[in-house]
Amino acid sequence: MTEATIPFEEALAAYDPVLGLEVHVELNTATKMFCGCATTFGAEPNSQVCPTCLGLPGALPVVNEKGVESAIRIGLALNCEIAEWCRFARKNYFYPDMPKNFQTSQYDEPISFGGFLDVELDDGTVYRVEIERAHMEEDTGKSLHVGGATGRIHGADHSLVDYNRAGIPLIEIVTKPMLGTGERAPEIARAYVAALRDLVKALGVSDVKMEQGSMRCDVNLSLMPKGSTTLGTRSETKNVNSLRSVERAVRYEIGRHGAILSSGGKVVQETRHWHEDTGITTSGREKSDAEDYRYFPEPDLVPVAPSRETVEALRATLPENPAARLRRLQSTWGYSDLEMRDVVNAGLVETIEETVAAGATPAGARKWWSGEVARRANTDGQDVSSYAAGLGVTPAHVVELEGLVTAGRLNDSMARQVWEGVLDGEGTPTLVADARGLELVRDDGALEAAVDAVIAANPEVADKIREGKVQAAGALIGQVMKAMKGQADAAKARALILAKLGQS
Amino acid sequence: MTDPIRSTAAEMAAALAAGEISSVELTQAHLDRTAAVDGAVHAYLHVDGAGALDQAKAIDDRRAAGEQLHPMAGVPIAVKDVMATKGLPTTCGSRILEGWIPPYDATLVRRLREAGLPILGKLNMDEFAMGSSTEHSAYGPTHNPWDLTRIPGGSGGGSSSVVASFQAPLAIGTDTGGSIRQPAAVTGTVGTKPTYGGVSRYGLVALASSLDQAGPCTRTVLDAALLHDLIGGHDPLDSTSIDAPVPPVVEAARRADVTGMRIGIVKELTGAGFQAGVQQRFDEAIAALVARGAEVVEVSCPNFEYALAAYYLILPSEASSNLAKFDAMRYGLRVLPDGVADPSAEQVMAATRDAGFGDEVKRRIILGTYALSSGYYDAYYGSAQKVRRLIADDFARAFETADVLASPTAPTTAFKLGDKLDDPMAMYLNDIATIPANLAGVPGMSVPTGLAPEDGLPTGIQFLAPATKDERLYAVGAALEAALTETWGGPLLDRAPDLLLASADLRVGAPNSADATTGGAR
Repeated sequence: MTEATIPFEEALAAYDPVLGLEVHVELNTATKMFCGCATTFGAEPNSQVCPTCLGLPGALPVVNEKGVESAIRIGLALNCEIAEWCRFARKNYFYPDMPKNFQTSQYDEPISFGGFLDVELDDGTVYRVEIERAHMEEDTGKSLHVGGATGRIHGADHSLVDYNRAGIPLIEIVTKPMLGTGERAPEIARAYVAALRDLVKALGVSDVKMEQGSMRCDVNLSLMPKGSTTLGTRSETKNVNSLRSVERAVRYEIGRHGAILSSGGKVVQETRHWHEDTGITTSGREKSDAEDYRYFPEPDLVPVAPSRETVEALRATLPENPAARLRRLQSTWGYSDLEMRDVVNAGLVETIEETVAAGATPAGARKWWSGEVARRANTDGQDVSSYAAGLGVTPAHVVELEGLVTAGRLNDSMARQVWEGVLDGEGTPTLVADARGLELVRDDGALEAAVDAVIAANPEVADKIREGKVQAAGALIGQVMKAMKGQADAAKARALILAKLGQS
Repeated sequence: MTDPIRSTAAEMAAALAAGEISSVELTQAHLDRTAAVDGAVHAYLHVDGAGALDQAKAIDDRRAAGEQLHPMAGVPIAVKDVMATKGLPTTCGSRILEGWIPPYDATLVRRLREAGLPILGKLNMDEFAMGSSTEHSAYGPTHNPWDLTRIPGGSGGGSSSVVASFQAPLAIGTDTGGSIRQPAAVTGTVGTKPTYGGVSRYGLVALASSLDQAGPCTRTVLDAALLHDLIGGHDPLDSTSIDAPVPPVVEAARRADVTGMRIGIVKELTGAGFQAGVQQRFDEAIAALVARGAEVVEVSCPNFEYALAAYYLILPSEASSNLAKFDAMRYGLRVLPDGVADPSAEQVMAATRDAGFGDEVKRRIILGTYALSSGYYDAYYGSAQKVRRLIADDFARAFETADVLASPTAPTTAFKLGDKLDDPMAMYLNDIATIPANLAGVPGMSVPTGLAPEDGLPTGIQFLAPATKDERLYAVGAALEAALTETWGGPLLDRAPDLLLASADLRVGAPNSADATTGGAR
């Protein structure tokens, strides 16, 4: 059932949106948060389980230290304070995919709190998102509802539960209410999630693959009448799991809340489901006072008390802020804004960085990685770096190819052919060039003969050049190259033509 | 050895090492005893005769091959049904776990197996260790070997009575508020609750995680020390387990030296409220220790008054969460609701929990759920935690002037089965003296002090020591045991009635007597 909405602009004319984002990041630790089970994605259901993560009677949790380290690094990267002492808490509620019927989480003592993330929008505006907290918890299992039309529990014949995911470490990052976003609310929401994703990725603590659920986003939204300072009632839209959906969900909820409020209605505090296909949200369960998680400190675990030395040591491992890093690389590489954006969007930053480090020029690195490889990777539905890795094509290949050009062995069009050969798996650039017999002719006699022949065959063009129209030389160069079957140095041919026609 | 089952575990270990008896013979003797008396006592929920004999045989073979074995290897043991045992039923005395066979061993069970102690079976208990009489077992009560019409204490009535009736020399108990010590007191046996974290809780089906502690139930202080030493020590699978060597309990038990030891009599845990004969035997025990060189000081622990109230908020709060996992989804009982065509998971959970949990369990789940509810948390759970801190402070202050503290273990001797079943408050008061140790995490031990003159039933003294100083309990416990055994002219249990006669007189129908017979029939 579709609910009424009013146009976005109309809602914003009367109301100010207040955003809140809760992002769950699945850590990429080798083992689960409280037991030694593996965390491989996509494994056979219920093959990565043990008494602890199945919640068998008597089993106990033990904290994964790597998980705590990752949590602290995320907190530090978000400019948070790191608690000197904190505890896990039990969040009690019944659900079949939660083995113990409580989730081991953190409540009033999160590991990190009080931070911020500066988010740069497309036009360069920076919006500071205040971070309330980033706390540690465990994931639940996964229910598969079979036999219904929607995949949801209602209407299903039966349900299957996979506990492989139960106990995988999560970091929940909660923003403070984001005020003053106005009409840019959808854009800011998206930019925040993107910036957070890049940050976490740079930390190397998560795959942050929204499509695989290793990063999941809940969007809280409320409206308040313009000029008011009293927060309205919020809706919590769960599992908005792509950047585009984050933007759309915010936009949709603004329109829906606007329709309710402008017709004098009251927004119900509830969780809502996001529908990627139709771009709308529908009501989930109502969140009333009745939902009481009865949090209390987890008695099976000892407090987490990271020493200040540990925290500082972890701070020293923080990578450069992703946005600042991109600005630095662009200036080092001398790329234009457009070139840089293309490189970023194609996911080529790291590859180019490695290639330049291996000895290629920034221009060369961009040229070879963003052309044919990107085209092929795109056709294959992969990102460039994993596509190239799959082919066994490395930055060293680019360096080698550039070297062949610089050394005068290949010209540009020959280099392109060689690169295709490399991508086809024929071997290194040198091997491909050898195998395909690609080599600039170095015999000046042969080139000179070809030039003479072409001049003789085109007296009119030759005359024009003699008269000073040097741009006409292009036509002769083309013919020389054709005569030489492409294996000539075009620059040399040009110089020779101009010399013979008295223009150098 | 004329009657092997009446020896102490230490004597059995020595006889095994000397080749005077085999583990198979010893194990079989205990199984025979069980077949003869457990129909009346009902200490066991499950007897694993075949499994125990297999383990005994394996140990005998290894010994014959000249292998170096653990000193206790071959001595059989019985385990409270709250510990997960791979391949053996584990019910916690509850219907909701009927038929559940754990796929893993609790750490302490693994240590027993590795040391080569044949596991005779699983012992009766109040459902999920909630109770002081073992009457709350879903499988029927256990009877006190001293008087089959009386309770054996609880929740570990199976563990106390199994050693008191010579069906096993050693048993594992668990103590959340006194479930090892109070049963020991009312059956004339020894029981220790180690320092919290001294014995791994991995595989102990939790009642209240911050209070639960497993420990030894035996007939002598030395046997308790030997078992404590075997099961104690750090376990990486239990975060709350102490990462330090087991205190030198065996050495302390052997030395039995109380010279210069300051024994603090807890003012709040003596006198009014304690049965006259219990108090009398306590006073005599203290006198016996003084005669052996101990000093007596009086200490006051004013906040102990609030211990019971705090305990009955903390325990149900933790229990309500710990017992949430019993939801019919993955193991144990599953009950479909009546008259519901296509029940939801929630309806199945509700029907199962309704049918699978007994009244006492439900009472505590409701209490705990309420105490943790938003709006009540601070007043109940929060306040109880503050009291807990104050009780720990009381202990700290008391241990400034005393090396160990002492009080009667339980206020009375064993009461009649059924007497307090309808009065939870009267039942809870049994643990008035034992609860403070659990709240503070300090170790405690109950040792027999004799028989109350008025009813001829066993009485016990409780010793408490600072956390991680468990060896002091063994020193004072062993000294008292030596003194009193001398006075009595032999072990107290020699005076217990002959169960073979008693059980012939009074065959109390025990639901699992068939199990017991099967176990002993070989």
